[in-house]
Amino acid sequence: MSEQFDVRGLSCPLPVVKVKNKLTELKEGMLEVLVDTGTAKDNITRMANNNGWKVEVKEQEEEYLLIITK
Amino acid sequence: MNLKNWFNSRRIIVFTGAFIGIAATVLQKLGNPANMGICVACFERDIAGALGFHRTAVVQYIRPEIIGFVLGSLIAALAFKEFKPRGGSSPLIRFVLGFLAMVGSLVFLGCPWRALLRLSGGDGNTLFGIAGLVAGISIGIFFIKSGYDLERNERIRPLAGWVLPLIMAGLLLLLLFRTKLPTGAVFFSTEGPGSQYAPVLIALLIALLVGFIAQRTRFCTVAAARDVLLIKDTYLFTGVVSLVIAAWLSNIVLGQFNPGFQDQPVAHTNQIWNFGGMVLAGLSFTLAGGCPGRQLFLSGEGDSDAAVFILGMIFGAGFAHNFATASSGAGPGVWGPAAVIVGLIVCLLIGFSMSDLAKKKKGVSV
Repeated sequence: MSEQFDVRGLSCPLPVVKVKNKLTELKEGMLEVLVDTGTAKDNITRMANNNGWKVEVKEQEEEYLLIITK
Repeated sequence: MNLKNWFNSRRIIVFTGAFIGIAATVLQKLGNPANMGICVACFERDIAGALGFHRTAVVQYIRPEIIGFVLGSLIAALAFKEFKPRGGSSPLIRFVLGFLAMVGSLVFLGCPWRALLRLSGGDGNTLFGIAGLVAGISIGIFFIKSGYDLERNERIRPLAGWVLPLIMAGLLLLLLFRTKLPTGAVFFSTEGPGSQYAPVLIALLIALLVGFIAQRTRFCTVAAARDVLLIKDTYLFTGVVSLVIAAWLSNIVLGQFNPGFQDQPVAHTNQIWNFGGMVLAGLSFTLAGGCPGRQLFLSGEGDSDAAVFILGMIFGAGFAHNFATASSGAGPGVWGPAAVIVGLIVCLLIGFSMSDLAKKKKGVSV
């Protein structure tokens, strides 16, 4: 099952914290995350990789879609 | 590994920390005050003094380092397509947090950057400040875990994102032309820390490089501790450790390492308020999302909320010196301890009211 999670516009560290909570809840599967800053993209990617998730980054104009899978 | 990913690697954050540590100690060698090669709070306070927002004659100078941090970040953001004008995330609360962060920093006599540089210069008093900083960050983490949120920002029209970079460009002109009006402004110290500075163009160039690299690597001294405690991520912490070690080694080489507690430069030995000042600063920075350097780098990316935080800090510097809350080498200012206590109460109120703690109390569903 996949769902899209919007963390655009949130200040640091909320994007990574919210996504981390979501992934902990999810345990495995796929989560699509919409972010709008390079910092949030980097932080979420690093956190997800550290926790054994794979992250694919798709640039969409001025935003990023992160496809996180395990 | 492409260029964008390279900037996010462990090796580059170690390099960033080391570069900042060495840059700060070299700037000190070239003329900046002792253990103050770079201090974001002190340097913004000097800018406030130069503009006449306070009249403490020994701390008035337009610091090119602050200008360079913002403009260096701006260049990096433009080059890597990360300049995104945004704002509207509780700006006035961010102004108050900036104000309080400066009040707390000036009780300790330094921001988190200087706390680390004081450590690498051998100043033992800073250990109490760093302990306070971690305590303040920990309180901030409690609020973040309780749903603290200053609400989402929005994309805004481009000009709004350019405001702080343009203000910095204006300050640079005032510095380069050493403008002097009949009123006395721009004020430049003739003695004390404000009169000690590295050559303008060298300082500006180094700061531009720091701003550029820090924008790419997301360097932040507050997030370094916060991320370890909150999400068990040591990426930024590695950078901070690298900064301290590099600055320490550089200080030894340059003959600037003087271990001890007494007679440390621009520092006092009242450990209760070294600790207390940094609890306030650490909490304020955490509630605003990052250290003062990070706020400058974000401003360079077009984040007008971070810019409002910076303006709050400059306003706070004027207040701290005019209302005797800032410390000196002799110890805390007359109203310093009271300001820290009131500041902490205000921060706790902000943390409480902007989190789920208040929402739960009121029974508001989210």
